[in-house]
Amino acid sequence: MNKRWESFQNSTQYRFVPYIMAGDPCEEATIELSLALQECGAAALELGVPYSDPLADGPVIQRAGMRGLGQNMTLEKTITLVSKLRERGLKIPVIIFTYYNLLLQLGENRFVTLAEENGVDGLLVPDLPYEESSYLREMCSNRHLALISLVAPTTHEDKLHKLSKEAQGFLYCISSLGVTGVRSEFRDGLSAFLHAARLNANVPVLVGFGLSSREQIQQFEETSDGFIVGSAIVNKIESLEKQLMSNREEAIMEFKHFIDSLLPVYSR
Amino acid sequence: MTATIVPDHRGRYGEFGGKYVPETIMFALEELESAFEEAISDPAFNKLLQKELAIYSGRPTPLTLANRLSETNGGARIYLKREDLNHTGAHKINNAIGQALLAVRMGKKKIIAETGAGQHGVAAATVAAKYGLSCKVYMGKEDIRRQALNVFRMKLLGAQVIEVTSGSQTLKDATNEAIREWVASVEDTFYLIGSAVGPHPYPKMVKRFQEVIGIETMEQFDVISERKLPDAVVACVGGGSNAIGMFAPFIQSDVPLYGVEAAGLGVDTNHHAATLSKGSNGVIHGSLTKLLQTKEGQITEPYSISAGLDYPGIGPEHAYLHDTKRVTYEAVTDQESIAALKLLCVNEGILCALESAHAVAYSLKLARTMDENQSVVVCLSGRGDKDVHTLMEHVEGVEAE
Repeated sequence: MNKRWESFQNSTQYRFVPYIMAGDPCEEATIELSLALQECGAAALELGVPYSDPLADGPVIQRAGMRGLGQNMTLEKTITLVSKLRERGLKIPVIIFTYYNLLLQLGENRFVTLAEENGVDGLLVPDLPYEESSYLREMCSNRHLALISLVAPTTHEDKLHKLSKEAQGFLYCISSLGVTGVRSEFRDGLSAFLHAARLNANVPVLVGFGLSSREQIQQFEETSDGFIVGSAIVNKIESLEKQLMSNREEAIMEFKHFIDSLLPVYSR
Repeated sequence: MTATIVPDHRGRYGEFGGKYVPETIMFALEELESAFEEAISDPAFNKLLQKELAIYSGRPTPLTLANRLSETNGGARIYLKREDLNHTGAHKINNAIGQALLAVRMGKKKIIAETGAGQHGVAAATVAAKYGLSCKVYMGKEDIRRQALNVFRMKLLGAQVIEVTSGSQTLKDATNEAIREWVASVEDTFYLIGSAVGPHPYPKMVKRFQEVIGIETMEQFDVISERKLPDAVVACVGGGSNAIGMFAPFIQSDVPLYGVEAAGLGVDTNHHAATLSKGSNGVIHGSLTKLLQTKEGQITEPYSISAGLDYPGIGPEHAYLHDTKRVTYEAVTDQESIAALKLLCVNEGILCALESAHAVAYSLKLARTMDENQSVVVCLSGRGDKDVHTLMEHVEGVEAE
């Protein structure tokens, strides 16, 4: 693992990993939003790639994808966007979040080469389960890219054990069934699931899907090593769409204020 | 001839197939696969399935020699496998009965389904009513507008029709939305897929529940004609369920098989649904197959006058049969299929579905290249009542020009 992952792993904070969509509402906004998230304390960044058929996403991220598609954002451009982020001072690990078809068309070999050249640290493919991922897993491991594993409350115990053990970067625990999006309630038995994941994992165990408030996030502070917020952030970006295009400085201020209001006071 | 058994244990047809779905539903696919394998090896289940197909759907459906059509057209004799005579008017019910019986056997009380033209939605709503299951049908907003009659039918049958407003608001988006709903409700809900698409074991299961078409055809042909096997078998292909069911028992024979895709306004325009002629390898709705897409991998919107063929992907086994050259895939335009539909109407008194008309159109071309002592069997997958409105618009539009 590289230096960026090392400092992610060694952090003693409760890790905040935000998700934003590349090109939403435009490339420059993505850069400034990423830097703002880093300033607010993000431990890593998930960068989504717009896709026509995002079957693991709810309406908020679907709309963000449509906006990104409107900006002609592609997987290849998202990867090269990461090197621009590096030039502008982004130091945290960046994980590309892409559906498998986009990766197939670019080519898995080409992806890992480009990822390495542009300072990408990891990859998350929501529609590529472990069973179908052996080739990509090998390609990623040759280039020291973390292929992030997702585990769900419905994952069988022995599979959870195996995936937790082999996880790279961090282990992504899905908080509840269903697609991405804001939720008011979480599943019973979630802490037992997180506990089981944490027992075997050699990397931080993060919880995601549906987290949208400080109160919700704090619920998991004892049972996980960090959390992922997507839809709630993307929703805020949607509400700031116009300002992000015209009066970006002010929009970024408001965005940072929103992020601060979401985050728990770090106490670990 | 290939002797490879497909799919393999991973649900692969050569390089195609597989399970490209979120981790949340992987357990449900495994559960479904073992329940399905167990059911089809249980004589009691097969007996029940056969009984339901007979007393509820009216099987076996006839194999009809289209005398006057064959004479008018010239060349080989054309036989029609009359799936249009099934309950609800299309082959879709075969699969819906099979999957509903499986859902009941698995103790599921809720089913969800996707639909484009509404034929599978109607079939799903029908079996839900018959077997006492609750039913939600996902349908694109655009299709709801185009197929108002079927929407009303589904509601009459007690199903809830859910309007899908994401993406292009058609079948591919309805399927995405049904999968999203399944991810959320997977613990108590059975996803009743309507075509030979989706993640393993769906393509295998849909083929198993549709192969009754081909099996009956083989037996009937042997009885009513002087020859053991036909000289060609033709079926239309959208996702490919009627075709894979018709082809199933013939794949191991030498009979030439033809799948007919929708060429829409022409395969050289941007308005077609000719996935195998024009598509490339990719993943759609949980399966690696051929699909219509941009070079970056965004899935593009297909077009056909026939809503049932209007799908940007195709079942993975068809992609495999195409690449191994066991089946020849051709494409037929809107115009050609309407001409064939009219010809069948006036010569045989049969109004077939626009989907099936694509198969009829190609079989007419093919028959003309063959001898009159040869035979072509066409799968007449459904009846055309649902298309009367579309036909009226088209025929009157043409006359007004």
